[in-house]
Amino acid sequence: MADEIMLLDWWSSMFGMRVRIALVEKGLKYESREEDLNNKSPLLLEMNPVHTKIPVLIHNGKPICESPIIVEYIDEVWKDKSPLLPTDPYQRAHARFWADYIDNKIFQLGGKIWTRKGEDQEAAKKELMECLKILEGELGEKPFFGGENFGFVDVSLVTFSCWFYAYESFGNFSIEAECPKLIAWTKRCLQKSSVSSSLPDPLKIHDFVVQLRKKFGIE
Amino acid sequence: MAEEIILLDFWPSMFGMKVRIALTEKGLKYERREENLLNKSPLLLEMNPIHKKVPVLIHNGKPICESQIIVQYIDEVWKDKSPLLPSDPYERAKARFWADNIDKKLHLLGGKLWRTKGEEQEAGKKEYIEYLKLLEEELGDKPYFGGENFGFVDLTLMPYFSWLHVFEIATKFTVEVECPKLITWSKRCMERESVSTSLPDHQKLYGFFLQLKKWHGIE
Repeated sequence: MADEIMLLDWWSSMFGMRVRIALVEKGLKYESREEDLNNKSPLLLEMNPVHTKIPVLIHNGKPICESPIIVEYIDEVWKDKSPLLPTDPYQRAHARFWADYIDNKIFQLGGKIWTRKGEDQEAAKKELMECLKILEGELGEKPFFGGENFGFVDVSLVTFSCWFYAYESFGNFSIEAECPKLIAWTKRCLQKSSVSSSLPDPLKIHDFVVQLRKKFGIE
Repeated sequence: MAEEIILLDFWPSMFGMKVRIALTEKGLKYERREENLLNKSPLLLEMNPIHKKVPVLIHNGKPICESQIIVQYIDEVWKDKSPLLPSDPYERAKARFWADNIDKKLHLLGGKLWRTKGEEQEAGKKEYIEYLKLLEEELGDKPYFGGENFGFVDLTLMPYFSWLHVFEIATKFTVEVECPKLITWSKRCMERESVSTSLPDHQKLYGFFLQLKKWHGIE
C-alpha cells in the first residue's frame, strides 16, 4: 500500500524546512499544505490540538508533531535510506544534545535581533554570535556535523541559514566575519538538493521580516 | 569489563529523579554524586561545559547531558531489560511528544504556582489543573502512559508529582478531587521500587521548598 504523507507547513518556518529536508533525503513523495497561521485549518487544529502549530506530519492519517520528533520518526520508519541519526547510542545522544541546543538558543536570539532595538538587540547579537561560535567549534574540521555525512544536527541548524541575511540586515552585523567555517558549511549543505529545494530565498525571508516589522509596529 | 556509571545529580531535581528511575528500572549499579549547585564541581564543569547543569550521566568516562537524552541513551544501551520507549516508531514519537510537553509545561506552570500570590496564584492553580486533566485524558484507562508497561512518559511525569505534593500543601489545593485517575496512576507508579527509591521524602522536599522560597524572597 502506498504511504500517504502530508505535511502541514508554513513557507518561512525553519521547523517546517527541517521536515521538508528529511522527506527529500529519504526520497519520499508527499503533499505539502500551506497553513494560514492567522486562520488555522480545521485539519491543523484536529491534528495538533495541544500546540496548534506547524509543522505537522500526517502519515497514513496519523499525526506527528514537533520538528525534531518528526525528523526522528522519518528516520526510524524509512531507515534504509540516507540515515540521519548515527547508529551508535553515544553518537546519537551527542547529536540529540546539539539539536536540542540549537532549538533552545537560535530561534529566540534570532527573533530578538529583528524585533528589538538598542541594548536588547546588542545583547541578543552578542549571544547569538557566541552560540554560533560554539557550534562552529563543534563542527570543527568535519564536512558536516554528522561527520562525513549530512545528518540530524545539520538538518536542525541549516534551516536557520536562510534567516541569516535578515538577522544581519536588521542587526547590522556579519555572521561570516566571525564564523567563516559555519558559512562555508551552509554553502556545502546548499549543494544538496534536499536542502536547496527546501529553503526559501534569503531575500524573500528578509522581505517577509520587513512586512512583519511593519505589522508589529517595529521600526 | 564492568560498566562504570556515575550520575552527577541534585537530590530535589525532577530531571535527576528521571534518570535515577531509568537506571534502577534497568537494574544498573551506579555511583550518585550530589552536586552543590552554588559551588559546582570541576567534574561537572568539565563534563557539561555548555550548560553546567545536572543531571549528567558519565558512562565509562563519557558524558551524556539533558535528562530526556540521557534516558533515551540508557534505553538504547541496555535495551534487553525493561524497555522504556515503545518499539513502534509512531508510539515512540507520541511518547517523545508527551515527555517533551510535560517537561516544558510543568516546569513553567509549577514556577507560576509558588512564585506568585493571590489572584495570580489562583490563575496558576487553574492552569495547572487544566493541564493535568489533559494528561489524564491522554492516560485514559491504561495502567500507565506507556500502556501495560511503565515507560518514558510515566518516568517523566512522576518526579513532578513529588513536587506537586509540596505545591498542594503550600498553595492549598488538591489534585485528587479533579484528577482522581492521575492520583491512582501516581500511586501505582510509587509501588515500583525504581520510583519509590528515586523520589525524595515529601517532608525533606517541603523543607527544601521553604528554603527555596526564602532565597527567592517569597513569603
